[in-house]
Parts: sequence; C-alpha cells; structure tokens
Amino acid sequence: MFTPHTEADRKAMLEIIGAESVEDLFQDVPSSHRFPKLNLPPALTEMEAMVELQDISLANESARDLACFLGAGAYNHYSPAVVDAIIRRGEFLTAYTPYQPEVSQGTLQSIFEYQSLVANLTGMDVSNASHYDGATATAEALIMAYSNFRGKRTRVVFSPAVHPHYRATARTYTQGYDDLEITGDGPDADLDAGPEALLPLIDTTTCLVMVQYPDFFGRIYDYTQLIQHAHSVGALVAVAVNPTALGLLRTPGEMGADVVVGEGQPLGIPLMYGGPYLGLFATRKDLVRKIAGRLVGETLDNRGNKAYVLTLTAREQHIRRERATSNICTNVALIALASTVYMTSLGKQGMRQVAELCYHKAHYAAQKIDAIPGYSLCTDVPFFHEFMVCCPRPVSEINNHLLEHGILGGYDLGADYPQLSNHMLVAFTEMNTREEIDALCEALEEVSHV
Amino acid sequence: MSNPAGLKYTKTDEWINVEGSTGTIGITDYAQDQLSDVVFVEVTVSVGDQVKKNTTCATIESVKAAADVNMPVSGKVSGVNEDLPSTPELVNTDPFGKAWMVKIEISDPAELDGLMDTAAYDEYCKEREH
Repeated sequence: MFTPHTEADRKAMLEIIGAESVEDLFQDVPSSHRFPKLNLPPALTEMEAMVELQDISLANESARDLACFLGAGAYNHYSPAVVDAIIRRGEFLTAYTPYQPEVSQGTLQSIFEYQSLVANLTGMDVSNASHYDGATATAEALIMAYSNFRGKRTRVVFSPAVHPHYRATARTYTQGYDDLEITGDGPDADLDAGPEALLPLIDTTTCLVMVQYPDFFGRIYDYTQLIQHAHSVGALVAVAVNPTALGLLRTPGEMGADVVVGEGQPLGIPLMYGGPYLGLFATRKDLVRKIAGRLVGETLDNRGNKAYVLTLTAREQHIRRERATSNICTNVALIALASTVYMTSLGKQGMRQVAELCYHKAHYAAQKIDAIPGYSLCTDVPFFHEFMVCCPRPVSEINNHLLEHGILGGYDLGADYPQLSNHMLVAFTEMNTREEIDALCEALEEVSHV
Repeated sequence: MSNPAGLKYTKTDEWINVEGSTGTIGITDYAQDQLSDVVFVEVTVSVGDQVKKNTTCATIESVKAAADVNMPVSGKVSGVNEDLPSTPELVNTDPFGKAWMVKIEISDPAELDGLMDTAAYDEYCKEREH
C-alpha cells in the first residue's frame, strides 16, 4: 500500500527548506496556470469505478473472442496451463535478475535452462538470458557485429524481408553510430527476389548480413550459400527466426549462421498488446565475449555441489560500462521462464507437432484461398505458417467485413511496403480449426463481389 | 619477479622492448599481480594499423578487474600475439616473455625518452607498495 507523507513529515521538510506551504514551491508557475479548474466528473468510489471499467472492457474483442488470422511477428498459440501456474509462483514473479544474483539459485537455474533450450532450438553454441523482444535482439546483433570489427567494417546488409519493425528499431538503436550504413532494404528492393539478391551487396566493408527465417512474408529460404559467401569476405550473418518453425525446419546453426535472434512470443507467451515479449539471442562460442546482456553458467561450488553463476560478464556494466558492446543487460526473466516451461512441457515431439499443425493448416488454407476468384497466392516459394495473398480490394475494407463475421483478418502490407497495397499477410496456427479456415474463405469470397 | 633490464616502462605498467626500430609491448609483472588471474585477452589492433601513443591496443579481463593496455609510443602494428586469446594465463606466468601482446614499427623514437628505465620503474613499483 502507498503510504503518503504525514502532515508532520511535510511540516518538517518545509521548515528545513524555509517554505511556508507546499503551494509556495509552485510560485514560478504563472498564477493563472497554477491551480487550473479541471473539468472532471465527480470522483467515483472504487466499486463504481470497477463497474465502469468492466463495462468499457466489454467493448474489447480479443484473439480469444475472434477467429484470429493475424500474425506478422506475434502469433496466437496455445499456452498450456502449467506455464501460467509456474510463472505466478511468488519466487519467480519478479521482472528482474536480482542484483546479488548468486543468492537466487532458482532464478539463475531457470535462466540457465532457458539458455540451454534456446541454444538447442537454434543450433547455436550459446544463448544469453534474453532481450526485450525480437526487434531489440535484432538491434543488438547489429551492434555486436559492428563492435566485433571495431569500426573497421561499417556496412550492414538488411534483407527487405526482415520484419519492418525490427529494421526500424535497429535504425533507432544505431542513431549515434555516425559511420554505420544500413543497405539492402531500400524502397526499390525487389521483394520477390530470394537471398541471392543480397550477394552483390556483401563485400569487405560489410560487418553483418541480416535475414529472417521464415522471412516476414512467411517464405522459407536456405541461407547456406548466402552465409558461405558472406564468410568468404569475412562478414557475419545473423538470422531472425520464428522459434515455432524451428520445431520442423533445419536450424540456422546448421546453415552456418553466426548469430540467431528472434521473437520468442510464440513460445507460450500470450498476445498482450505487443508485450512484454521475449528477445532471443544466440551465437557461436567464439563471439561469447561480445554478446550483450547476461549469461548464466553452471559450475561446482567449493563443496562440489552444482551451482549457477553469472559468467563472462566483466565486459558489461559491472566493470566496463563505457567500453561495453551494449549497456542493455535487462532480460525479461519472467517471460523467458514462461518460454522455458512451454518448451519443456511440449518437449521435442510437441514442438514438432505444433510446427506441423501450423504448416498443414496454412497449406490447407492457401490452397482454398488461391481458388477463390479474385484472390491469389503471390509466391511459389515454400512457406511455413504464413503467406501473402493478393486481394481484389483494399485490405482494410476486407478486414472490416471479416470482423463483422467474428474474424480477425490478416496484416495490411501496404503500410510498410507501398508496392504491396491490396496485399494481406495471413497466419495460421494450431488454434485455427478447419471450420474457422472455411469460414474465412467464405467471408473472403463474399467480400470480393460486394 | 624482477623487472628485466633494458626495457622501457610506462606509468600505466606497460613495457616495451626496443630492438632497432621494432618495439615489443606487454604488461609488467606488477600489473599482472594487481589484476590476479587473467581470464581473457583481446588484442584490439591488427597488423598494419597506425596506432597513437596512449591509445588502447589490448584489453585484459581478470577474475576481479578489466583493464586496457595502452601504447607506450606511436607506431605501425607489425605483429600481434595470436596465442593469448586461447592461453590468457600466460599473462600471469610469463608477463615479460610469452605474453607479449603487440609488435610495432616505432614511428617517433623520441617518444621513448618519456618512458622510465628499469631502475626508475623499480622505484615506481616500490612507492606504490606502501
């Protein structure tokens, strides 16, 4: 409970600073603006306020109320009840890694388990304790690559099919890096081209090549050759992943990636107004000293018992603040724990099953949508659980119609890619029933000739 | 371990061994002793770089601290010790020998005059022991 200062406290403080009253402290504000009359309704009691807020909240329509086909980076998956039950335990329900971390062995163990799972899922050597979300993890990959070459390589090649928000966040993070140049994703970039279109942009000034897997449009490319080419000129390659897809697909580690980042939300984190989500970040062992954030290691204490410690962290804020690659060391421990419980409860088979369900439902839908007059699939590249649809009308009009049928339609690509007006990105997960997909197709057909 | 004769020393505890126009740079026994167990060394310059006096050429992390290694004089880097990243403990066991960090072609020999000789550095270490 919030305990305000008592009258005696206030009086004592005013005496020390030599003021008569609290109002005296605001004398610098012009008197006409000092205590304006606010046009507010009479105050409500807590009970009345709760009733009013509940009324307002009834106007919400969430992914639980609607048939959801919206993805574009955050997906409507089932989260087993055990996830919520465990993260609500008081011992875990804190957003922060404790400042005296080794005291909290349970928290450190949960982060260690998280790191092990992410390293395994991505096929990389080491994962950090997580970042805020996929966009900030992407920005950290860029900063790490730039720092790795100590300013000697100043160009980053971004695939235009990396999530637009990730690319925007990377630019925000690197505003102070005057010589850093991000190329490859300009307005004239060919969105139909595969990774081979990036090859001519990669040279000995490139510190990082950034691609997405599956890409923002849901497409699956093999990046092995791109990575080999980048390595031949000494550049690093980062791959932003959808972790659900890795239940089924070859890992970026197997393709030779140097860094894997990603949005961890699909791993049991509900859609909640955009966050808090989970930034995945994994890399190779030889880059471990360059990673931002925290890293938990397992060791033995002086009695030979298993113990967990923060490790390899001298570079960050403890000692070398001004020289650290990045000072952002916050991880979203509770959300990382949720993903850990999710992955553990599903297991390898469960992760594969979820991925297969997503894949098959999306391909069932793709076949049906492609057959609707006026609609077509825009690509013949293999895709995972999301794909682009060319529509006969503006996406916003179609989505309004779908909403009337209790359907949350796809993502309007025109906002991020002007050349893709009338293009909708639709996503499918294990949550979408066959009946929902059939209803979506019926509604799409209806709206095409309204 | 005594400070070898014939080397030049800095106030920030680097040594430089000059042979003709070539200088070999490392950190002193006093520095490694202060740092305690070294767990990581990264040479931050590459062969061919022109590096100015007092700028960082390597970073060292020990179990209790992190420190920069600074250039005693300006020069062009002609060699870096590739063994250190995999065997950082050499800094503790052989600071004046196998744990050399950078070799340079000295660009201004006059800068060497500003450094301490062995006797002056011995004295400098002794002062700080109190």
